[in-house]
Amino acid sequence: MAIKVEHELHSRRKGRNLGVGLVLVGLVGIVFGLTVVKVLNLENIAQFERFDHVARPQLEPSASEGTQ
Amino acid sequence: MTDASVTDVAHNGAQTNEAGFGDYFALLKPRVMSLVVFTALVGLVVAPVGIHPFIGFVAILCIAVGAGASGALNMWWDADIDSVMKRTSRRPIPAGKVEPSEALGIGLALSGFSVILLFLATNLLAAALLAFTIFFYAVIYSMWLKRATPQNIVIGGAAGAFPPMIGWAVATGGVSIESALMFALIFMWTPPHFWALALFVRSDYGDAGVPMLTETHGRPITRNHILVYTLFLVPVALGLGFTSIGGPVYLAAAFVLNLRFFYGAWLVWLRDDAAAEADNYATEKWLFRISLSYLFLHFGLLLVEAALHSLGWSIW
Repeated sequence: MAIKVEHELHSRRKGRNLGVGLVLVGLVGIVFGLTVVKVLNLENIAQFERFDHVARPQLEPSASEGTQ
Repeated sequence: MTDASVTDVAHNGAQTNEAGFGDYFALLKPRVMSLVVFTALVGLVVAPVGIHPFIGFVAILCIAVGAGASGALNMWWDADIDSVMKRTSRRPIPAGKVEPSEALGIGLALSGFSVILLFLATNLLAAALLAFTIFFYAVIYSMWLKRATPQNIVIGGAAGAFPPMIGWAVATGGVSIESALMFALIFMWTPPHFWALALFVRSDYGDAGVPMLTETHGRPITRNHILVYTLFLVPVALGLGFTSIGGPVYLAAAFVLNLRFFYGAWLVWLRDDAAAEADNYATEKWLFRISLSYLFLHFGLLLVEAALHSLGWSIW
């Protein structure tokens, strides 16, 4: 027998499911917020700018040393 | 689980005992968490290095969740004791709302989450200290020493003393005399605080097979221990005033608080049980009450000094 959409289990566990949902949303918010804060606080944005499916030899330390 | 089995459970009355979200939250010992949050926040705020407020918020959350996770592991391990003692018999596991295996799973998962997230958000030392705190409370205290020695409350106090040290490590990435003294303040405060309570509350630890000093060594010895630990506590509390996070405001107020606390411990030491029963343990109850405000005010004073330092009003 399949659980119906309006099974009493759904209303019985509504509070628990809502709580778990809010915790997961909070976790996503924390990870997103941390990412934004960490990136914005980098002293040199080149630390974040790395390989992006295209080779970027100019980002390598040896390349910048060679131009100086 | 099939619909049929769910219905069977519902019909035999088990649904009335089904855990809600609040029952899972209760596994994390929210009242202990509030002390952990406050002391960790002070450790973070008084540190000489500032951090981004959002990272600070995440760090405090991780410390709180880590403390809660160790509480869940403690409830899993101590379910047999909790069901015997009146004070703890309504906890989620002995009440039959949460399965022991669920508490173990939640405790382990939240421990891992909190330590890893703290490492990613801050630094390795802070995460390592949090991991050690969880290990210390769950394994060293709960599994090993709680049932083995009447000094259990002294050792268990160390787990509660780590949060300000972790808060300091979050900001500075290190350990210093200041964070060590904040640790020592809570560590030395825990025994007289708890034993003052043990003197006037009839405990059923004995029925549960947990050795408590009042029962293994007697109440006069417990009174001696309260006085001795208070003698160790006073220099730690005052010494904190001479470090970079202290100052004249802290020192002046701490002097009064420690004088009052020592006076209370001295009065408790002078009494015997006959005198205590005559006035319904009035002095012991007074010492317990002032011990609560004692710790809160010391950490509150460190916040006041941090505010004064930020305004440039610092003497040392």
